[in-house]
Amino acid sequence: MTELIELSAVEQAALIREKKISSVELLEATLAQVEKVDGRSGSLEPYVEQPEDLEKVHAFLLIVRDHAMAKAKEVDRKIAAGEPVGALAGVPYSAKDVYCTKGIRTTAASRILEGWKPPYSSTVIEKMDQADAVLFGKVNLDEFTFGGTTETTAFKPTVRNPWALDRVPGGSSGGSAAAVSACEGAISLGTDTGGSIREPAAFTGIVGLKPTYGRVSRYGVIPFASSMDTMGPLTRTVSDSAFVLKEIAGFDPRDNTTVRVPVDDYLADLQKGIKGLRIGISPDYLKITYLDDQGNYASAPVDPEIEASVWKAADLFRDLGAEIIEDVPMSNTKYSVPAYFVISRIEAYSNLQRFDGLKYGHTTQQSVKDMYDLYYKSRGEGFGYQAKLRLLTGMFASQEKFYEKYYRRAQRARALMRRDFDEAFNPQGKYRIDAILTPSTPSPAFRFGDAVASDSLLIQFADQFTTPMNFAGTPGISFPCGLSSSGLPIGLQITGYDYCESKILRAAFAYEQATLDADWRKIKPVVLR
Amino acid sequence: MTQEYIATIGLETHIQLNTNTKAFCSCKADSWGDAPNTNICPICTGQPGALPSTNQAMVEKALMLCLAMNSDINMDSFFDRKNYLYADLPGGYQVTQNDRSIGRGGYFDFLMDDGREVRCHIHNLHMEEDAGKTKNEGNIRLIDMNRCGVPLVEMVTMPDLHSADEAATYLTRLRQLLRWLGISEANMEKAHLRCDANVSIAPKGSTELGKKCEIKNINSIEAVRMAINYEIERQIREINAGNKIEQWTIEWDNDTQELRKMRSKETAADYRYFREPNLMPVHISEEFLESIKNKMPELPIQRRERFISEMGLPSYDATVLTADRDTSDFFEAVCNIYDGDNKRVSNWMMNEVLRITNETGCAVSELKITAQDLADIIHMVDQKTINTTTGKNLVDMVQSSGKRPQLLVEEHGLGLVSDDSAIRAMCTKIVSDNPKEAASYRNGKESLIGWFVGQVMREMRGKADPEKAKAILLELLKAD
Ligand SMILES: [Zn+2]
Repeated sequence: MTELIELSAVEQAALIREKKISSVELLEATLAQVEKVDGRSGSLEPYVEQPEDLEKVHAFLLIVRDHAMAKAKEVDRKIAAGEPVGALAGVPYSAKDVYCTKGIRTTAASRILEGWKPPYSSTVIEKMDQADAVLFGKVNLDEFTFGGTTETTAFKPTVRNPWALDRVPGGSSGGSAAAVSACEGAISLGTDTGGSIREPAAFTGIVGLKPTYGRVSRYGVIPFASSMDTMGPLTRTVSDSAFVLKEIAGFDPRDNTTVRVPVDDYLADLQKGIKGLRIGISPDYLKITYLDDQGNYASAPVDPEIEASVWKAADLFRDLGAEIIEDVPMSNTKYSVPAYFVISRIEAYSNLQRFDGLKYGHTTQQSVKDMYDLYYKSRGEGFGYQAKLRLLTGMFASQEKFYEKYYRRAQRARALMRRDFDEAFNPQGKYRIDAILTPSTPSPAFRFGDAVASDSLLIQFADQFTTPMNFAGTPGISFPCGLSSSGLPIGLQITGYDYCESKILRAAFAYEQATLDADWRKIKPVVLR
Repeated sequence: MTQEYIATIGLETHIQLNTNTKAFCSCKADSWGDAPNTNICPICTGQPGALPSTNQAMVEKALMLCLAMNSDINMDSFFDRKNYLYADLPGGYQVTQNDRSIGRGGYFDFLMDDGREVRCHIHNLHMEEDAGKTKNEGNIRLIDMNRCGVPLVEMVTMPDLHSADEAATYLTRLRQLLRWLGISEANMEKAHLRCDANVSIAPKGSTELGKKCEIKNINSIEAVRMAINYEIERQIREINAGNKIEQWTIEWDNDTQELRKMRSKETAADYRYFREPNLMPVHISEEFLESIKNKMPELPIQRRERFISEMGLPSYDATVLTADRDTSDFFEAVCNIYDGDNKRVSNWMMNEVLRITNETGCAVSELKITAQDLADIIHMVDQKTINTTTGKNLVDMVQSSGKRPQLLVEEHGLGLVSDDSAIRAMCTKIVSDNPKEAASYRNGKESLIGWFVGQVMREMRGKADPEKAKAILLELLKAD
């Protein structure tokens, strides 16, 4: 039998329900795996790198062993007593440390929240609890989710990619991706504002789902850019993604942007197959478009291995009964990175204003002249470089005199990108597609430091294929499709129309089932070898 | 020759809506008398990750005000963030409505005490959340977040007012209207209604407006009157002294009753407004608008007009009886039951009922006496079951006992004796007991008839019908 920790959440839940294993047993196994591969947790203490740090994953910021054990025992008791239990009963999971957890330290990977214990839990954490899942730890991320590598965290050491320890796990849900990839739990909850679930999932060879904006409540999740933030699962299998989404989706009166659209039975729907599904491929998602030194649009190809994997997948989908529609124009994709820059930073700046060092978190120990001096010093000490950068750029771009030039133009670009989706998915339109197949990222995981040091377009524009869905509000799923010649995971993205999570899960599931026996699936991350 | 100046005034009012819960969370909105920081939650204290939800009652009340102000309604309005950093603003931004607020334009017609009607145009109305309260105690700054997230409507007028008196009357009438609509307690002392005034002067006949100064923090209607008058006088003094008016922001100090300059020239703060992404646009459906329109009461100025034109009240009575909705509803209820001379009801209302409300400080709706009671009392007086004095006493008796007037008349034997023989017997007794006065009367001192009636009434403890007694006395005194 495969080790417990390598099983999917669906399998783990079944074993617990059938009383073949106990929830406590599974939790112990999971914690043992963390013990084995994770190394020391990120901390705010001055960081001095130790040789053994280079060999570990460092996904976790906090393990809540007692909390988890109490929940696992409760689940075991309920099952023994024949009481009804939730769908995820006894399955251990971790959460990115932006999910507020009542009474449990929540950091957003920033010093500014030092010592804060939220007085309430986010809706998603409550829903997971109602489903009887077992929260056992909080994982690292880019500070306030600002980044795509998890290197901007204030808690060091940062997370390493379980497939190549000298590479980043992606971000900002890097802790979630690395934990799941290294079998430290089958489920981790992440957040995605510009690709922060899908990009790390692609970099670590797992499945990451960004649901439709409004499908999953944002209540109680520390925001980055409120008009784009979405909450979703990172898992090793597509079924697990469907399994978790069913439990966390739905209308929440505490989040005005959630909707009363019925929640599908995503797991059962997977079996429906993809016969007749119309899958589009867009040339605009096979190249990087950027502004050159003269201010003209120029483009660069994505990594050839990645483009090849898109076409290979298209063939497979065709074999499975889907229709492939080539040349679907998504011509406004080129605006995604600059427009994302403006809107996300303006919203981020505003969202960061509440961290004043007074109400919660880090307060300066220096002497202060007045209230503003207190703000100045506390925030100066509390925010990291990337947070300060976003604050400053956000403040700059949001000035009233630049309103038309930046915010309004970015909003217009956003509307154009939305129109691309509306037209491509229009059931009466020219293309009438159900999904679009794209690379998740223009390249596989890069090395530590490259996000800042490298001038590679593929790195600078790493989120060009994922931000349009945050703008449009549409769902996207990244799933593994193989390994690069250097042994790094490659991810593909399937994106669909509003509330069509069921369709994109089906497509990803069909791909997964058809490639179960592929050679690359037999290769494990280095930390598991 | 001295130059005459005309003042121009625009008012910015903040109106605290009397919803049960706050604008964006379910905390109790009214914290009057509550200990600091007791009506708070993760949302209104700006905890990371907490999200606002729009209170529909706030939208409803704001909409009522828009309708009362004849404003254009934006069927889709937006909430925006007004970004600034201050300790009593826990989110780091205030949720407000910037460029697309619920109401645009409109006007408010109101009457000055001399009967002159003034029309003040409205620039816009928008919904927003209040900030907390800051209190300085020595070097310590104390923050009370109870007020954070309390719903406000900010209403800005056009510069249509031309004297302190007009500004003060505007506020008095606005306060009356807000209470009438039931959307705000509108108590200025409790800051339910706050006012900033923009004041400028220009030579009479000039078409250009002078530079305006803004007076902040005026917390009573009397203070509005004083502050604006002082400011007009100051500006005239400046100009007469050959100085230019600078664009100041001035604070009204209520303790010393003085104006104090806060800063010269408004350094336009950049609030970096943008749409609040956490809230959906405020959509007002046709059905919702229609339902609110149907809920709208007749407004005080309209009702006053109707009291004059349809109910035949003098304008003074109509003003008094429409001062608040309770009184006015009570009056109409009495008229409907009484079904007679409305002016007669008005007299009883103003002389008796409003006397009690003044004495007790109660609202009319809080009195024990009902419209039915008052109508019954007036009827009893009309039918001479009791006399007017007894009627007036009866109003107080009903108010203190809560018993119905008919019951009180029976219990206390207050009914008039209209039985001729009883009155006649008493009259005969009085005439024969007072031969001197009877003689004087007969010798021509006819004014003594009142004295005789008084004696009869006293002996009969007010229960005799005085008209009847007088007729019998006249007959007896003549007969001898
Ligand atoms: Zn609250």
